[in-house]
Amino acid sequence: MNANIPSEVLPILLILIGTIFSLLSAIGLVRLPDVYTRSHAASKSTTLGVLFILVGTFLFFLLEEHYFSIRLFLGIFFVFLTAPVAAHVLVRSAYRSNVALAEESVQDDLKDFIHTDSKKTKDAEVNDTD
Amino acid sequence: MIEIMLICSLIFLTLSIIAIMYRLVKGPSASDRVQALDTLGINIISGVAVFSVLMRSTGFFEVILLIGILSFIGTIAFARYLERGVVIERKHPK
Repeated sequence: MNANIPSEVLPILLILIGTIFSLLSAIGLVRLPDVYTRSHAASKSTTLGVLFILVGTFLFFLLEEHYFSIRLFLGIFFVFLTAPVAAHVLVRSAYRSNVALAEESVQDDLKDFIHTDSKKTKDAEVNDTD
Repeated sequence: MIEIMLICSLIFLTLSIIAIMYRLVKGPSASDRVQALDTLGINIISGVAVFSVLMRSTGFFEVILLIGILSFIGTIAFARYLERGVVIERKHPK
């Protein structure tokens, strides 16, 4: 037990919390039924877990070695910005390429809009090629 | 003590990567596999961050930034490919 234990406790605690979130999101990724419900586990809790771990790393080097890493700060900012965008684009492409919903799902509000819409654009493309 | 906690964290991250690999191999549609790849990239970022704390080295931070950017661009390209069949669209192909 040395004297600088208190400055190490907070970053390590943040890293452990982030690890637990990552593990829970991986369990959700295995157990949930279809791609739309799985995107909850794959985007929200994974982003929270990686943010906890990166903030813990950032605080560790800031408190322990007094090193402000602008590269790690940019990494935190970039992951926080791009992970939800990637999940949104992916689920949108999955819905538009007709990936089936799970059997338990009870409502599909986008069905009337998207699929008639894509039919229209397909007709427009056919007219264009004509 | 701190090393033991960090190694436990690395072990749990490895377990979650194994679970994601299961989804990557089994996933019924291509969207599931792309989603698993995206999550795999984010978990690798977490693993590199924990490893840099374990090594007390700041040399791995470029790796974090690079894997983040490459995983994002790969996911966007795969999503466009799944949705439209092409990655880069041209208005009037000749």
